[in-house]
Amino acid sequence: MTPATGTFTLPARVLHWLMALLIVAMLFIGVGMVESVSERHEWLLAIHKPLGIAILLLAIVRLAVRLRHPPPPLPADLPALQKLAALASHWLLYFLMLAMPLIGWAMLSAGGYPVMLGTSLRLPPIFPTSAVAFAVLRHLHEWFAMLLFLTFLAHMGAALYHGLIRRDGVLSSMVGRRST
Amino acid sequence: MQEELSVPARRKGNAGSWALIGAVVAVTVAAFGYVGGWLAPHRLTPEKLIDQFQHNAGTFAGYRRNHAKGVCVAGYFDSNGQALAYSTAQVFAPGRTPVVGRFAIPGSNPYAPDGSVPIRSMALRFAQPNGQQWRTGMNSMPVFPVATPQAFYAQLQAQQPDPATGKPDPAKVAAFFAAHPETAAFRAWAKTARPSASFATESYESLNAFVFVDAYGKRQPVRWRMLPQATDGGGGAGKAGDVDYLAADLAARLAHGPLRWQLQITLANPGDPTNDATKTWPSDRRTIDAGTLVIDATTPQQNGECRDINYDPLVLPAGIVASDDPLLPARSAAYADSYLRRTSEEAHLPGTAAAHTEKQP
Ligand code: HEM
Ligand code: HEM
Repeated sequence: MTPATGTFTLPARVLHWLMALLIVAMLFIGVGMVESVSERHEWLLAIHKPLGIAILLLAIVRLAVRLRHPPPPLPADLPALQKLAALASHWLLYFLMLAMPLIGWAMLSAGGYPVMLGTSLRLPPIFPTSAVAFAVLRHLHEWFAMLLFLTFLAHMGAALYHGLIRRDGVLSSMVGRRST
Repeated sequence: MQEELSVPARRKGNAGSWALIGAVVAVTVAAFGYVGGWLAPHRLTPEKLIDQFQHNAGTFAGYRRNHAKGVCVAGYFDSNGQALAYSTAQVFAPGRTPVVGRFAIPGSNPYAPDGSVPIRSMALRFAQPNGQQWRTGMNSMPVFPVATPQAFYAQLQAQQPDPATGKPDPAKVAAFFAAHPETAAFRAWAKTARPSASFATESYESLNAFVFVDAYGKRQPVRWRMLPQATDGGGGAGKAGDVDYLAADLAARLAHGPLRWQLQITLANPGDPTNDATKTWPSDRRTIDAGTLVIDATTPQQNGECRDINYDPLVLPAGIVASDDPLLPARSAAYADSYLRRTSEEAHLPGTAAAHTEKQP
């Protein structure tokens, strides 16, 4: 087996680990800021919005990379149910990493807030002003964040299971070394 | 290698691996729980502040959790350009900026009598041509009772009505004031303050300090106030038995023409406290007149544009930034939670309080 088919491409691996770090950081920043009344609320929010938009841009690039370079196949002996779970959870992760920032942006638009990414950089609204839409989107932002966190936990658990227990090369295909 | 391991050896190795995987997941969940406050029950959160408003006055679906009773207004701000030397905010360039505002009285009951508190409030949203906004909420009092969100929370808790009497327990209120000497200036003012008969005659203060940033990045701490042009009849509260006189007075005045306020910006001297809303700055501080606020229309809040606006004091345009006043981030966080609750009620989302259509006592 040649490394080119056995591992993810270098851009895919770089995007994977960079975005893993950013998305997990965003989840912690998000739940931390909404539970705080101190200046932490302000500076975390000031990081949250531009970082979230950066994740949106990276996710678009990543989706393009994914569509152009299909990932290496999963081990042939992996039970069908686990293959299905892997496939479904990967697409759920793609969906959420695109949906979360879009919902964040849309909910601020619906709430009538200027979408400020810094002291003077402002994004245009992407949703008409509507209090009802704000409420729905703001709750979606929280529920999808929780879903994203749970999916991430399952994903991390599964990766470790492949790496430590099955030792089937799935984890190394993203780390970049084929061990088998 | 692994294929050669005997079955028991593999299971033994796997037990450690399973434990490691379990531990990594558990530590991640615990860290998330700690950061998210579920494992840190003593942290003051926006939810706790807003819950406490509801404990004190009840839950009025669709209404703001504080300053619940009010009216929407609209108009514009005519800037004279004088503040531009201190702040690059577009609103201070000479010219006109449209404003959507709200007058209110503090308290969480939207049916409270206008005479029940001596304080009136003015909230404004300036919409700059460049799409940035300046939102501000001001109160008609010289100082705020407390300096920190923790003290504000303690004050709300002390004022929670005793279920037996329906009134705050005087002993708890006294204990709060004894433990919080910083409230002295506010209490001295409140002793003589009378509820005004009009929103139009009040002077509204930012109380919190902010920082203006000029074109060279130079920072100037400031406070601001809206000084009324109307000075007549501000004294006594409306006719006996009338509990909603403020909205009526406002509509009657606007029928005769627009109402005006002058925006005054007070510049702090080095060393003046910017993190303590219980302290005024010395009266000799330089004050500049930035322009005139003109209010020319009013609508009930049930269907006015102000209803769905969160007058978050940290929605600021380039050229104005927050100071180190700890009340500011707390206001921003608490107003966001209040806004989420009331908009969720407007949307009739499951689990939210149902809207009252009838007048509550
Ligand atoms: C990958 C992208 C993102 C993730 C994972 C994420 C995650 C979160 C989380 C976990 C929360 C806390 C929810 C709660 O417990 O109520 C939150 C809140 C929030 N997020 Fe995001 N977010 C993302 C992108 C964005 C973007 C792009 C924006 C805006 C441009 C945004 C704006 C907000 C705001 C305004 C809040 C609420 C702050 C408050 O009410 O105090 N988010 N986010
Ligand atoms: C930590 C301290 C404070 C807390 C927790 C607090 C809480 C609140 C809440 C929950 C609202 C309703 C927000 C909404 O649903 O839109 C509100 C409104 C308001 N607050 Fe505060 N507040 C605090 C301090 C202050 C201070 C220092 C001022 C000083 C000027 C102030 C002025 C106002 C005004 C003017 C409004 C009415 C805004 C409107 O008409 O929509 N508040 N406050």
